Amino acid sequence: MTTVTLRLSRDDRPILIAALFILVILVAGTLYTFARFGSAPLLSPTYLLQQLQVGAFLGIVSAGMMIVILIAQIDLSVPWTLAAAAMMATSIGGPLAIPVGLGVGLVVGIVNGIGVAYLRVPSMIFTLGVNAVMRGLMVAHTGGYAPQTTATELMRTLAADRTFGIPNALFVWAAVSVLVAVILQRTPLGRYIYAIGNKESAAYLAGIDTRRITVICFALCGLAAALTGVLLAGYSTKAYQGMGDTYLLPSIAAVVIGGTNILGGRGRYLGTLVGVVLIVLLNSVLSIMDMPEAGRQVIYGLVIILMLLVYGRNERVTS
Amino acid sequence: MQDAIPVQSAFLTLAGISKRYAGVRALEGIDFACERGKIHAVLGENGAGKSTLIKIIAGVVQPDSGTMCLAGNHVSFLTPSAANAAGVVCIFQELSLMPDLSVADNISIASPPRRFGLIDVRAQRRRAEQLLAEIGCEDVNPLMRVRDLPLSRRQVVEIAKALGKRPQLLILDEATSALTSADVEKVYAMLARLKAEGVAILYISHRMHEVDALADRASVFRNGRHIETFDKGARSTADIVQLMIGRDIAAQYPAKPPRKPVKPALTIKDLSWEKHLDRISLCVGAGEIVGLGGLDGQGQKSLLLALFGVLRGVTGRITVDDREARLGSPAAAKSVGIALVPEDRKTEGLMLPMSIGDNLTIASLNTISTGPFVDRARESAAIKRGISRLQIKIGAPDDAVSTLSGGNQQKVVLAKWLMTEPRIILLNDPTRGIDVGTKQELYRLMRELADQGAAILFYSTDYDELIGCCDRVAIMYDGRIVRELEGDQLTETNIIASSLNVHAATPVRAGAAHA
Amino acid sequence: MLDDLAIRARQNIGLVTAVLLFSILYLLYNMAHPKGFSSAVLVQNADEIFALAMLAMAQTVPVLASGLDLSVGAVMTMVGCLASYLLAGTIGGTPLHLEVFGLHIGLGTFPGGTSGILLGMAICVAVGTFAGFVNGCVVVYGRIQPIIATLATGAVYIGIALFLRPTPGGKIDDDLNWALTNSLGDFAATVHIFDDGAAAWFAPFAWIPVPFVLLVLITLLVWVPFRRSVLGRAVYAVGSAEGAAFMSGLPIARAKIAAFTLAGFFAGCGGLFLAIQTSSGNADIPQAGAYTLNSIASVVIGGTSLLGGTGSAVGSIFGAMILRVISFFFRIFDIAPLLQPLFEGLILLTAVSIGALGVLRVRNTLELFR
Repeated sequence: MTTVTLRLSRDDRPILIAALFILVILVAGTLYTFARFGSAPLLSPTYLLQQLQVGAFLGIVSAGMMIVILIAQIDLSVPWTLAAAAMMATSIGGPLAIPVGLGVGLVVGIVNGIGVAYLRVPSMIFTLGVNAVMRGLMVAHTGGYAPQTTATELMRTLAADRTFGIPNALFVWAAVSVLVAVILQRTPLGRYIYAIGNKESAAYLAGIDTRRITVICFALCGLAAALTGVLLAGYSTKAYQGMGDTYLLPSIAAVVIGGTNILGGRGRYLGTLVGVVLIVLLNSVLSIMDMPEAGRQVIYGLVIILMLLVYGRNERVTS
Repeated sequence: MQDAIPVQSAFLTLAGISKRYAGVRALEGIDFACERGKIHAVLGENGAGKSTLIKIIAGVVQPDSGTMCLAGNHVSFLTPSAANAAGVVCIFQELSLMPDLSVADNISIASPPRRFGLIDVRAQRRRAEQLLAEIGCEDVNPLMRVRDLPLSRRQVVEIAKALGKRPQLLILDEATSALTSADVEKVYAMLARLKAEGVAILYISHRMHEVDALADRASVFRNGRHIETFDKGARSTADIVQLMIGRDIAAQYPAKPPRKPVKPALTIKDLSWEKHLDRISLCVGAGEIVGLGGLDGQGQKSLLLALFGVLRGVTGRITVDDREARLGSPAAAKSVGIALVPEDRKTEGLMLPMSIGDNLTIASLNTISTGPFVDRARESAAIKRGISRLQIKIGAPDDAVSTLSGGNQQKVVLAKWLMTEPRIILLNDPTRGIDVGTKQELYRLMRELADQGAAILFYSTDYDELIGCCDRVAIMYDGRIVRELEGDQLTETNIIASSLNVHAATPVRAGAAHA
Repeated sequence: MLDDLAIRARQNIGLVTAVLLFSILYLLYNMAHPKGFSSAVLVQNADEIFALAMLAMAQTVPVLASGLDLSVGAVMTMVGCLASYLLAGTIGGTPLHLEVFGLHIGLGTFPGGTSGILLGMAICVAVGTFAGFVNGCVVVYGRIQPIIATLATGAVYIGIALFLRPTPGGKIDDDLNWALTNSLGDFAATVHIFDDGAAAWFAPFAWIPVPFVLLVLITLLVWVPFRRSVLGRAVYAVGSAEGAAFMSGLPIARAKIAAFTLAGFFAGCGGLFLAIQTSSGNADIPQAGAYTLNSIASVVIGGTSLLGGTGSAVGSIFGAMILRVISFFFRIFDIAPLLQPLFEGLILLTAVSIGALGVLRVRNTLELFR
């Protein structure tokens, strides 16, 4: 008789726990709606698809953020990169709209990467400065008002329409997810990313061009933010001031809830996916409950702490 | 056969001490004693249990069973501070200094002199000056940040800090490994003084000549057991090594092939960098093991780093296999077939939290990829080959490399580089802190690699190693190569003399005929 | 002796640079200002600097322990909203009640008058300190990385602030507002000391802005003793090399908790002042975020390393002042308001990139990867 033992690796545990917590949220929410409305909208596929569609935006940003967090950095310029990409895409319009939007993200990402990798400015502070500059540029460009130009047809199709009943945004998110997962798991670039996040000096001495890879990672994050901006503009048909501000902290939270170590070097993309779904569902359940903003913030904070406590804490530093 | 120390005169006695870490027996029923006023050496390979023993005595870890008595009283130290309070002070291999704090702060870190509840900075400074003077190192300014001091001075500060706790039992765990020879003499003098004052001293070192010079008694540990304790001079070095390894060693160093003309694989001409390298010219041939010798800090490490593309602003010419090489980065060096086994394997050679497999393949991923993807089958084959070739003792390739012993970790570093099939292998003090058994395996491997055509440049602080392994040794002094020794000339006397630059003779060129 | 001076100067180069930079900038500002070098301008500047300076001090302590506190803005906001209830100062006291899930719960009357105000201020600062203590406990006992822990607790504190003040409101005693946001002379007059500010020996000091005095007092009475204490030094030690600090027998847990608690204290002081200055409580989330991020920028500009172990809260104060003075410049040079954010961003980016010059001089690339 052979016995099969299931060994959960350290990286798998948080994913499983987060998935369980999603179930908990669904159950709790359904109980609530049953008690209050006598219905279970949370379990209806239409509703879930709708939520996932909104979740796609957070999902794409989080994918980019995860890459940067894996190399032990952080990108605080996501809010205004997202907004700038949206604003430039709608300003330019026409067939060049999306390429220009993505181009904005690429350029910002490369600038971030150069500042962090070559100038060795701590990423927290450099991307903060870049965020402020992007905000300045957009305020100057738009005159401080919401831009009047609208999104192009293609943008709207990608973000708001459906194919075979599934929102296109989900396809985009899926494509991004496959790309990121493949890069991290199957390519040398992915290995180098984990190596740099663990110990950049050892990676450097193993002949890896750590600075170039850092630039690539920030570029990918900038692209992800820009893509989200373009999609968001398509979804709302317009770009607006501050549209990226509500995506920064949730994207970091999603990555961390998914089990990625905030200090870099460890984490699986599946975790980030689960983290995004968790946050989106939590948000929607709280909306259904008509929870005021105050309660939402408190619950948001408590959930993060609870998840992290359950995951198993950091090792005690003894030497 | 153990010479028992009469219980009354022993200062520290251990009885039946055992400790196990996750299924591995680190210590098994240890009975041990040491006396006041004697320097007692603790010898053994890595994994023999010396570190665990020391940590138990110093209060860093607790034993699973057994008792400890200090001056006749039962003791049990739950923290390092508890041990310190009882007069047991340990100087660890990993320094316990805070780099951003000053020397004075570090020396009085745990219980500084106080005034009105706050730290009395002036009294603290005076205390630091006094303790440094007791070692004879008054030139260290107590205001300096530890970060700004060279490694040997930092170790001096660590020793002063231990001294300040007025130990009754002082434990030194490889505490002199980074000291300059001048400072080592001062520490020996300090230890002699402490001995005279009746302090019991436990001394761990892998350097046999140090142990010979200092120890009054020695204990050998192997595989977690206490094998034997004997007085100074009772056992020869060969005996001791055999006790440590537990098996017969035929020869310590592999045989060297007869000298014959070699084709230079690596040619260095007029290499200079800052103040550390001054017009170095050297050839290393394919199949040769060339050693770098000399006193610490004469530029040996800088030379290796320059050859690996780590340093900026290097002038001079480096030729690899008749083609000039521009080495602007480690990646560039790797691409022309140069490999470097770095000084500090924990921060420069390995990504400790990552798996053994990932660490092994990280430098050669392009050889096991098809298209843009890593080929899993080729990867696991390469990992298996690497592990078996160097006989690395592991649990599973997915285990974190941090679970391996120091010797096995170093093997992983070497195996990683062998996967890139390098033509030139640079070794930066590769046997530091490695047990005798693994050292021998590394010597054999080096000779094997040379025989297969690699050119090896080998920096070591151990003369025996240089003489035993190398075909030729270049002695460096003040950033220059002052002498090259080979054949009959390769003796300890010549190495030492050249290290001190006593011979102002013209450097002996490779292959030149000489009387 | 000169040797020692040289060593100290080299070690504190960040602080010295920040002080010099600020001095030059402020001098230029006053020279360019039509009413420069006057008490009125000084007072106005001090009012605008104080809160950020407090938050910069708050951020410094966890950073020294190689952590980060992303909740300082939230603590400031929460304390400010609380203050808008407790510092009304009406003579008969202020009735307090809780609105929870449609239930109205009366909490009695909070005392008024001067004693009520003093009590209210003490409670506010205590709440801020307690919030910091909670942060410390989550980090130490929950063993959660500071960035994420304070991200989460910050959300909780903002939630509490929103709960207290869903819309901006509240009242602060007018005398309190006047006394603390003007010069010492006005303070003396309001509080009726030193002959209502007319005393002869007091005259040379009457022009000094009260926020400035508060800043100096808090630094001297809280920061300096902390830094010189064993616990304060343990904070530096933990930030420099935590493993070594453990081996040296230092109280690591206590040091970290102390660092976050002190951060809460400073953030609470900042929130208290902000509420008094604006005479209201406002749970403004973007403003909290802006203050938090600006506090990090102030710490960096003031010469403290984000890696921990070196730096000082005094440097961070100067960092905050530099940031504020830059925005003052916009006012007097009449930069188009549309371009102000851009300039602010560019200057911030340049300021933090100045350190990059050192990178160009590095000769051993291994030093770049610490």
